[in-house]
Amino acid sequence: MTVELEFEKPLINLRKKLDELKLITQNADVDLTDEIEKLELRLHNLEEEIYKNLEPWDRVQIARHPNRPTTLDYINYLFEDFFECHGDRTFGDDEAIVAGIAKYKGRPVTVIGHQRGKDTKENIRRNFGMPHPEGYRKALRLMFQAQKFNRPIICFIDTKGAYPGKAAEERGQSEAIARNLFEMAGLTVPIVCIVIGEGGSGGALALGVGNHIHMLENSTYSVISPEGAASILWKDATLAKKAAESMKITAQDLKQLEVIDEIIPEVKGGAHNNIKEQANLIDTVLKKSLDELSKLSKNELVQDRYQKFAKIGQYTVE
Amino acid sequence: MLRDIFSKNKKTYATIPVPSATDDVPVGIMTKCPNCKKIMFTREIEQNMKICLHCDYHFPMNAKERLSSILDENSFAEMDKELVTVNPLGFPEYVEKVEKDRRKMKMNEAVVTGTGKIEEKPVVIAVMDSFFRMGSMGSVVGEKITRAIEKADELHLPFIIFTASGGARMQEGVLSLMQMAKTSAALKRFSDHGGLIITVMTHPTTGGVSASFASLGDFNLAEPGALIGFAGKRVIEQTIHEELPEDFQTAEFQLKHGQLDAVIHRKEMRKKISLILELHHIGGVTE
Repeated sequence: MTVELEFEKPLINLRKKLDELKLITQNADVDLTDEIEKLELRLHNLEEEIYKNLEPWDRVQIARHPNRPTTLDYINYLFEDFFECHGDRTFGDDEAIVAGIAKYKGRPVTVIGHQRGKDTKENIRRNFGMPHPEGYRKALRLMFQAQKFNRPIICFIDTKGAYPGKAAEERGQSEAIARNLFEMAGLTVPIVCIVIGEGGSGGALALGVGNHIHMLENSTYSVISPEGAASILWKDATLAKKAAESMKITAQDLKQLEVIDEIIPEVKGGAHNNIKEQANLIDTVLKKSLDELSKLSKNELVQDRYQKFAKIGQYTVE
Repeated sequence: MLRDIFSKNKKTYATIPVPSATDDVPVGIMTKCPNCKKIMFTREIEQNMKICLHCDYHFPMNAKERLSSILDENSFAEMDKELVTVNPLGFPEYVEKVEKDRRKMKMNEAVVTGTGKIEEKPVVIAVMDSFFRMGSMGSVVGEKITRAIEKADELHLPFIIFTASGGARMQEGVLSLMQMAKTSAALKRFSDHGGLIITVMTHPTTGGVSASFASLGDFNLAEPGALIGFAGKRVIEQTIHEELPEDFQTAEFQLKHGQLDAVIHRKEMRKKISLILELHHIGGVTE
C-alpha cells in the first residue's frame, strides 16, 4: 500500500515527471538525458531540504504512517528465537501488547511492546494498539519473570494511549498503569525503552519506566494527542497542527527537555522505507545501552532509574 | 371555577423580583446543593464539614479546609512552599494563570504538603486542591509530592495523600506525564522500606493522577460520590458509542469493581484514618 503524506507531495510530483521523461526517452526518438539529469539533481536537493526541515506535524504523520514498522517487525530483525507469551493469568490476553522471551546477540532477554495491526482486521483484534488493563498486567507479569531470571527488559512503545472504554475502567485501567509505574521503578534488571511510533500518555508510560529511554527520530511522546490538546485548549480539534508544535512532542523536543537519552536516526523519509536498515540503526543504540547497563549492580540499576525520573521537571525556588 | 383548572392560559404574566429584594440576600450567603437542589445557608454547610444538610452531598473542600478537618489543631507544618512554577514549553499566558491562582488561593501550587498529627499520631500529609488550576499536576506538584514521600521515608512516618485532580497539566506537556513515574517511583522506594501509604480519592480524581499515586496506597479510600477514573466519561461515550450508567466512575462504582478498600463519609474520615494508623504501629516501619 502506498500512502502519500502531505509534505511529500512536491517530491512525488517530481518523481512522476521524471518517470514520464524516462519513458519518453525510451520510446520516442528524442534525447532528454540532460533534462533528466537536471531533474534528478533537483529531486535530490528537494529531498534533502524537505527531510531536513520536517515540522512537528510532518513527524506526527510519519509516526502514524500505516506502513510504519511495528514491535513485531523489529522483533523479527533484532532478536532470534522470539517466544511469545500470552495472558495476564487473571482475566485474559490483550493482543494490543505483545510480550515474550528471545535471544539478543545470544543472550536471553524479555521483550514487550505495544502492537498495532497492519490492516483493519488485525487492528480490530489488536484494538489499534490501545491496551486494556490485562495488557499492562501481562506486561508486568513478564517483567517480574525477567527479574526472577535476571534478564534485561526491552520495551517498544507505540500506542495512541490506553483504551478509553467501559470495560477498561471497570477492570481498573488506572490501577493497572499505576502498578506498572510503581513496580518498574523497583525492578533489579536493566530496562531499555524505545519509542518507535506514537507515545501516547499514561498508556505509553506504563511500559516506559526504563533506565534508558530512546526515541526514533520521527516518533512522538506526549501527555495528550495533538488533537486532544487542540480541542481542550482551543475547543477545536482541527488546530492539531498548531498543538503538535506548542506541546513539544518530537524526539528533538524531548531530548531538549532532558526526558530521553538518545534520538535514533531514521532512514530517509521514515522507518517504513527500509525496515531492515532501521532495525540496524536501533540495534546500534540498543547494544550500547545494554552494554552500559549490564555493568551496574541490581541496586545501582534501581538507583539509576530513580535518579533519572527524580530529575525530570522544571521549577524555580522563590 | 373548575374550568379554570384545566384552562391552558393560567398565567399570562411573569414575576420579576424588585431590585431591593435581591439586595437583601448578599451573594454567597446561600448555597444551592447541586444534588438535591435545596438551598441552605453557606455558613450552615461549612459548619457541617461542607456536607449538604439534606442529602449528604459532599461539597468539594479546598486544601486548607481539608487539613483542618483531618489534622489535630495547630499540628501542621508546611513544606516546600517556595517552589514556583515556570513555563518550560513557553505556553502563552501559562505563568500568568498560575500566578492568578497563587494570589487568589494563597498557596504556591495545587498541592499542600507537610507534617502533622492525627489524634496525636505524626504523619506526612499531602492535600491536593481542585480549586487551583483544577488540581492538575505539573512539575511543582510532582516535585512536592515526591519530596513529601521522601520526607516520610526519612522520618519513618506514614504518608497520607488526599487527591483531587483532573490529571496531568497540559501546559507542561511531557514533563507533567513524567511526574506520574517520578511520584510512583518514590512510593515504591518508600513502600520497600516498609512505609505505610494511605490515599484518599476525593472529587475529582482522574487521568494521570488516578493512574499513578492515587491508586498506589496500601489503603485506597474515597469520599462518597467522588468521580474517580482514568478516561473522561465523554471520551468513552464517543469511543464506544453507548451511554454509560449513571453511577459510572463514582467512588461507589470503583468500590463495587474492586478498586477501593472503602468509601468513607467525611465525618468518619479522621477516625478511620486514625484507626488504620494505630493498627500500623504509627511509625510505619516494622521493627
